[in-house]
Amino acid sequence: MAVAKKAIVWGLFAAGGTLTAFVLPALIALFLLIATGNVPEGLQFEQIHTFAASWLGKACLFIVLFLSVWHAAHRLRVVAHDFGIRKDALVASAVYTVAAIGTVLAAFYLLAIH
Amino acid sequence: MSRRPYIRPMSTTTWYMRNGRYKVYVLRELSSFLVAFYSFLMICGIAALADSAERWSAFLAWQQCTSMVVFHGFALLYFLFFQTFPWFKLAPKAMPVQVGENKLPDSYIIIGHYVAWVVITAIIFWLAGVL
Repeated sequence: MAVAKKAIVWGLFAAGGTLTAFVLPALIALFLLIATGNVPEGLQFEQIHTFAASWLGKACLFIVLFLSVWHAAHRLRVVAHDFGIRKDALVASAVYTVAAIGTVLAAFYLLAIH
Repeated sequence: MSRRPYIRPMSTTTWYMRNGRYKVYVLRELSSFLVAFYSFLMICGIAALADSAERWSAFLAWQQCTSMVVFHGFALLYFLFFQTFPWFKLAPKAMPVQVGENKLPDSYIIIGHYVAWVVITAIIFWLAGVL
């Protein structure tokens, strides 16, 4: 059982690491554009709402968010260990609970867009 | 076993300060905070989007300040140099590709990742209407 769990967590970490390495720089760049006041055309309400309302858009956004939160959770667990927090069971349940909540919230709000 | 085994004294909180490689490792690990931060920022955005056009405008307006420009700019550089580029660099070690008898050269796999990255970035910018 321990082995099976480890494989799932590791798989999510690897997939999330690859996905975030590829897409997050572009997404941060979009946030940078928003922050400077140059909101891109595709992020105006009408366009982004249409995108998120489509099943393809929902699927893309959900995959990015789902893998990102589980990737971050796994790595923050390791970061806690690296900075001297040696209560792994507690840290693991905390980070994975937050990741699960993030997954549910992402799904809930995405399904609410139609 | 020796009755008094030697245990090398080592701090559990500052051990990585001893060595440059360890420092880089820790800097790389810290990029996970950015992944977590942007995930939840995007979830906030989707929540605003699900609510109304007003909430979406408020979500955009809330971020339009100098401190966020500085933060996103810093985050972008940090993420590129401590996650994206290192991840591509270790890709051939994590998933070596064998063609017939030989291993595909590391440089092919790394260059392939950079090409894919440029394409994916272009698609995201195109979807967002930047390109």
